[in-house]
Amino acid sequence: MSNTLNIPTMEEMAAKGQEPEILFWVGCAGSFDDRYKRVTIAFIKILNAVGINFAVLGPEETCTGDPARRAGNEFLFQMQAVSNIEVLNAYKIKKIVTACPHCFNTIKNEYPALGGNYEVIHHSQYLQQLIDSGKIKVKEGGEFKGKKITFHDSCYLGRANDIYEAPRKVLETLDADLVEMKNCKKNGLCCGAGGAQMFKDAEKGKKEINIKRTEEALSTGAKVIASGCPFCMTMLSDGVKNKEREKEVKVLDLAELIATANDL
Amino acid sequence: MEQFLQIFQQLCFGCLLIAAGILIYNRVRFIRRNILLGKPEDRTDQPGKRWKTMALMALGQKQMFDRPFAGFMHFTIYIGFLLINLEVLEIVLDGILGTHRLFYSFLGEFYPFLIHFFELLALGVVFACAVFILRRNSKLVPRFQKPEMKGWPALDGNIILIWEIVLMFALFTMNATDSILQTRGDESTFVASHYPDAGKFAVSQLFIPIYEGLNTKALIYLERFSWWIHIIGIFAFAIYITYSKHLHIALAFPNTYFSDLKPKGEMDNMESVTKEVKIMLGMTNGNEGDLPADDAVGTFGAKDVTDLTWKNLLDAYSCTECGRCTSVCPANQTGKKLSPRKIMMDTRDRLEEVGHNIDEHGKNFEDGKSLYGDYTSKEELMACTTCNACVEACPININPLDIILQQRRYIAMEESSTPAAWNAMFSNIENNAAPWAFPPTDRFKWAEDLKNNGEG
Repeated sequence: MSNTLNIPTMEEMAAKGQEPEILFWVGCAGSFDDRYKRVTIAFIKILNAVGINFAVLGPEETCTGDPARRAGNEFLFQMQAVSNIEVLNAYKIKKIVTACPHCFNTIKNEYPALGGNYEVIHHSQYLQQLIDSGKIKVKEGGEFKGKKITFHDSCYLGRANDIYEAPRKVLETLDADLVEMKNCKKNGLCCGAGGAQMFKDAEKGKKEINIKRTEEALSTGAKVIASGCPFCMTMLSDGVKNKEREKEVKVLDLAELIATANDL
Repeated sequence: MEQFLQIFQQLCFGCLLIAAGILIYNRVRFIRRNILLGKPEDRTDQPGKRWKTMALMALGQKQMFDRPFAGFMHFTIYIGFLLINLEVLEIVLDGILGTHRLFYSFLGEFYPFLIHFFELLALGVVFACAVFILRRNSKLVPRFQKPEMKGWPALDGNIILIWEIVLMFALFTMNATDSILQTRGDESTFVASHYPDAGKFAVSQLFIPIYEGLNTKALIYLERFSWWIHIIGIFAFAIYITYSKHLHIALAFPNTYFSDLKPKGEMDNMESVTKEVKIMLGMTNGNEGDLPADDAVGTFGAKDVTDLTWKNLLDAYSCTECGRCTSVCPANQTGKKLSPRKIMMDTRDRLEEVGHNIDEHGKNFEDGKSLYGDYTSKEELMACTTCNACVEACPININPLDIILQQRRYIAMEESSTPAAWNAMFSNIENNAAPWAFPPTDRFKWAEDLKNNGEG
């Protein structure tokens, strides 16, 4: 099936006079970061397998402006937001799904003030919907059956938007052994990358935040650290490498877990 | 003689009540004026949800129980404070009217029962305060040993706890001596008529053996002395808290009512910037009147407390420096300089300073100082990951993150002094439409690669 992967752009769809059911907002990490491109592809595989009528913006997508806003540069944020909203509104987009909690938070909560009103869902919620409606069925005795998995709550999904259950419901379908870290859900510890920290070195301190969080994750004994955020993915992968545990412990996105469990 | 003493006491009490009232009133007016120096922000929508938040968080102390032991101890002091105030009402009325145990004549049999109950609560308060003193002054709870707690803040916390214990012991002494005096009615008609036979009470009866040897006159003086210590202590406490970190006992209620009801991840849109952006992008259609009015843009972001909103300033006065925010802050946990509690303390300290400046030198006085620079530093503000852990942890919905981010806006847009790595990120977004330096034409390359290498 791999050769038939369909990735329509909005431009192509609009030219044919078609409307997608959802717009998949890929995000900068999903487009450029080698590790997160694999998450993008995993999610695309799921969308194809389920037969969802979706589209991407492709070259027309630009940064939502989240890191600029959190770094204090409101001008740059609004420039990005206003031009993205112009594109989205021109295509009459109604529903957006994204695999990045930062894009999710910005488009969902911050674009309305600038004229961008859409139904925005994070891919963990979307995967849960597909599972609930029976469109995704994880086969019996899949690859992760009985394996210890721990979920790392991304701040922008969890505390920022109170989404704690959807990613866990998705993981439950894997028939794995879900273990929680000491600090989870609303007490979840940040990976250290939010608020534009991803793009600069940390201030002087005793330890890097991602190392502290990785230690918490490793102490659960989990073989898979599941995440739903590109920044968390980078920070925790770096943490696992720093602890020289990358051979036995994998950091995987929810979409990758579901795609792998279904042999996609 | 007793008659004269009685009237003298009534006069003293009246003066004291009025003096305390004036001092508290002035302080409340000062604080209210200071809070209203902040920028306007509407927090009156969804009243139903607001009442509910207040009922759960302030009245019900829901979030305090996230840490069950401290939550329970705090609840004991809280309930003690609320209910013992009923007795304070009696004391105030006795003070004004020159009566003694005024409510006894109304409540009859129920009165001793109430006092038993209050005394048990008072014992709980003493116990909880003692535990809190131990927690604060030992190394058991690291959040009380952070650098911002050194000096006055630590002393402030101890003063309040010791004060509460002294008040409770004054109450016990007063009741114990009262109980003894009830049995000495045959010695004078004053004693017989003045001390109604309310009996012994649950906790104070344990103190009776200490005072029993005293003669009746000494007992009357001791009873009066405790009564005065208790009520003067309460008035002084009420004045003191307006200068201390302890204002949360009142401000927790408005502060939770005016909580931010939006998702925690949402940052407020800056209308003044929207206007500029729309002009820059040529989106005004020649009709700039459609855009929000340019009401004296002022500074972008916050340099001083007066650039913050009134809610930020109410937050600052409401903070009781418990440090739950700091204990969950990932930056603080990993040894960075940032402490959300310090941000709140800085905001209040600077606001007090601005308030005094206005009172002493007039409204437009500039002291050349500001919140950012003189109180908070760039190093602290830059260390925040905007993870919202501090906001989530606060038992009364204070938002340190908002104050941090408004100062970051000042640093980025007015001072243009963001770290070089962030400046590079800004120019990447401007030039490449992504925070990294990838060519924008490569944005869809992942899909092309997928088709080309056939892996799919």
